[in-house]
Amino acid sequence: MNPEPRLVEVRKNVLKQNDVLARVLRERFREAGVLAISLVSSPGSGKTAFLEKTLTLLHSRYKVAALVGDLATENDAARLARSQAPVKQIITGTVCHLEAAMVQNALDGWSLRDLDFLFIENVGNLVCPSSYDLGEDLRFVLLSVTEGEDKPLKYPTIFNSADVAVITKSDLAAAVEFDEAAATRNIQAVRPGMQILKLSAKTGEGMAEFLEFLENRRLRSRSAAAV
Amino acid sequence: MHELSIAMSIVDLAWEEAESHGAPGVDVVYLKLGPLSGVVKEALLFSYEIACQQTPLEGSKLLIEEVPIVVNCPVCKDRRSVQSLQSLCCAECGAPTSEILEGRELMVTAMELRL
Repeated sequence: MNPEPRLVEVRKNVLKQNDVLARVLRERFREAGVLAISLVSSPGSGKTAFLEKTLTLLHSRYKVAALVGDLATENDAARLARSQAPVKQIITGTVCHLEAAMVQNALDGWSLRDLDFLFIENVGNLVCPSSYDLGEDLRFVLLSVTEGEDKPLKYPTIFNSADVAVITKSDLAAAVEFDEAAATRNIQAVRPGMQILKLSAKTGEGMAEFLEFLENRRLRSRSAAAV
Repeated sequence: MHELSIAMSIVDLAWEEAESHGAPGVDVVYLKLGPLSGVVKEALLFSYEIACQQTPLEGSKLLIEEVPIVVNCPVCKDRRSVQSLQSLCCAECGAPTSEILEGRELMVTAMELRL
């Protein structure tokens, strides 16, 4: 027997299990005709307020539902339930991000065919969620005007993993002297070509444009699925 | 800090692989890590030691090869490196691009088995 250490080639993705599950979820969403959107941001950037407003506005015309990740509480689900949309809390315990398996488990008992939009609110964290594909069609990264324009440069990976940037709390922009041009420049530097939306869940500014964007994307993905 | 759960996945993957070769242990695990993987090298190395404790991987080494971002430059029409993670522009001509070819790697590429 050869006493020397033996070198073997492996070539396996460490997150393969998650990636495989995410692909299965994406296919399930596509087949059911539901547009799945995830939200990532730092804690306190307004994900839940934004989602509550979105669910409330969409609820009258579409079938919408949400999954919300949180480390310890069910507060967000309670807040979102006021929108009348079905909401399920995913309590992650000590885990600082959502994984595809958590999404899959949370969807148990829900009929995706009865939905038009599914929102997945990730745990407030700008680092860890970037590594995990959840099978979503679109990932929104939120940046509130109170956070500072250089957030994209500090957390380039999460911005790079997202499809659309949403600047939130626009009603506070003047009060905190938010430099929109600088924020836009920084987002474009880490993710060239990224679409940027600006809105306020509180005043409703920009929400109509956001909903129009969602509706267009849903139509586009449905017609692509029909081909 | 999700590096501990990543490290545990590496240990599981490596042990599964070692068993499939009938090896009783592992000396070295080689990992390729891209800057867009969202994983920090130092945190992963620290977590790996903890994840290995009381497993057949205990005492094994994790060797991380950090690989650069490679994009397809729309102007040069070729594979190019970028200026930085904070500036996803072609390092040659400066054209911005989001067409990333490499840089998201989090992959076990090879292992040295203990025989």
